[in-house]
Amino acid sequence: MPDTQVAAAPRQLAPRASATTAPARLPATARKPAAQRWRRFASPLVLVVLWQAASMAGLIPPRTLAAPTTVLASTWELIETGELPYHLLVSLGRVLTGFTLGVTTGAALALVAGLSRLGEEVVDAPMQMLRTMPFLALVPLFILWFGIGETPKIALVALGATFPVYLTLFAGIRGTDPKLAEAARVFGLDRRGLIRHVILPGALPSALVGLRYALGSAWLSLVIAEQINATAGIGFLINDAREFLRTDVIVVGLVVYALLGLGADALVRLVERRALAWRPGLLKA
Amino acid sequence: MDMHAPAFATHDPLRVRNLTRRFGENTVLDALNLDLAPGSFTALLGRSGSGKTTLLRTLAGLDEAPHEARLDLPRPAAVVFQEPRLLPWKKVWQNVVLGLPSAGARRRAAQALTEVGLDHRQDVWPATLSGGEAQRAALARALVREPRLLLLDEPFAALDALTRIRMHALVLDLWRHHGPTTLIVTHDVDEAVLLADRVLVLDGGRIAADIAVDLPRPRAHADAGFAALRRRLLTELGVDQQEAA
Ligand SMILES: Nc1ncnc2c1ncn2[C@@H]1O[C@H](COP(=O)(O)OP(=O)(O)OP(=O)(O)O)[C@@H](O)[C@H]1O
Ligand SMILES: [Mg+2]
Repeated sequence: MPDTQVAAAPRQLAPRASATTAPARLPATARKPAAQRWRRFASPLVLVVLWQAASMAGLIPPRTLAAPTTVLASTWELIETGELPYHLLVSLGRVLTGFTLGVTTGAALALVAGLSRLGEEVVDAPMQMLRTMPFLALVPLFILWFGIGETPKIALVALGATFPVYLTLFAGIRGTDPKLAEAARVFGLDRRGLIRHVILPGALPSALVGLRYALGSAWLSLVIAEQINATAGIGFLINDAREFLRTDVIVVGLVVYALLGLGADALVRLVERRALAWRPGLLKA
Repeated sequence: MDMHAPAFATHDPLRVRNLTRRFGENTVLDALNLDLAPGSFTALLGRSGSGKTTLLRTLAGLDEAPHEARLDLPRPAAVVFQEPRLLPWKKVWQNVVLGLPSAGARRRAAQALTEVGLDHRQDVWPATLSGGEAQRAALARALVREPRLLLLDEPFAALDALTRIRMHALVLDLWRHHGPTTLIVTHDVDEAVLLADRVLVLDGGRIAADIAVDLPRPRAHADAGFAALRRRLLTELGVDQQEAA
């Protein structure tokens, strides 16, 4: 599933941008696709209505799946008791810490490997070997190393974010157009100036795709990590609910996971639109 | 009085002695000697693969010269490549002053862009420029450095004929105002005769022909002497006159 995100990312860039480059005209441009957007919501809405009807008719027993109205009521309850906000904060904390750690590590390694030959020889070979391993397979080892506290959870999230950032930033740095670098050199940029004005901005589009990929990966890691003996967090909420056959609470947890993923993705897209405003595909306002 | 000489031409001449460049077995420049007068405008012609770009790169300092060669080069040097080579993530004006101290950069960029007729495009991304506009921005980027040596490697080859005519006029104008020693590499014999005081032909790793262009500016294809010069250069380039006609 993270793979499809990477493949889809560059294509999604172009059409979304048109609205951003001309904020003044936003209401006018937003009005036209409004009908389309409603149509997009119509079919999920119908599904929810069918689900509700089936639940009320007794076709879906609450043990299998709670009715949407029950889910809504439970959501409200979980918010009111402060349970949901608490677990949400715990999960967010894990993702933020792990993601920051992972992105920092991935970016640092990519800079070392991308900007120096020696760095490449030392860093790239092991990274390329490690990345072929499905990192979630490391869970048992992580439990042995880090126990069952917060550390293995954060480490897993960090690991999930490291590789996408490393691979895309490294590729971006190495993909620098030598003609641009040469021109910059004629016009007096030293090595530092070259890195700052040519290499890093040129690597940014690739790195941002990696960042989105890393988010998806970090999220997935969080879900897996929170199955490891957690005592708090959305994953704990879900596992705990399973013990009591509370399918309504499980659905709440799943929806929260989905919304968090969507929100994070939207955030990166926003960064993308701002940072890559110069890209030809984004310019046709 | 020489109407077309640049306003000032007080700096050092360009002198190259014994420049040899090899790529494996392939000797591209063979003990080449070259002198360019300060503030002169020279065109460099030659078959494809004759080493024009190689020579220009050495003059620009992009390639290291072998130590047996002696080079006296006016500095600073600026290059306009065949492609504009603007950084797509910097606004046009930022591209123009790339690598210059930031104090007063904005003003200098504006001034240079005005000179090439791009003052209204200062704040756009390079991707929105037409080919001719992008190449004019590249010219502004070269000129803002007040180069004493201006090197142009087929700068107009990718432009349409009309834009190219406009660019010729612009380059001559800028040359007259700023007076850099100018060397333009071109495949186009007409372009060479239109622009330059002197046309060199590179062949066999050396300057094989050195022809002065003594036509008054502005020049036109219909001028007396233009056709004769053109014919002579084509012969030097080994083009059969029947083919060329
Ligand atoms: N970096 C390089 N490595 C190997 N061979 C090279 C290199 N650069 C140039 N050459 C060779 O040197 C010769 C001269 O190349 P150069 O680019 O100077 O020719 P040119 O006169 O500019 O040609 P054109 O008119 O097609 O641009 C060619 O045979 C080319 O293959
Ligand atoms: Mg060439």
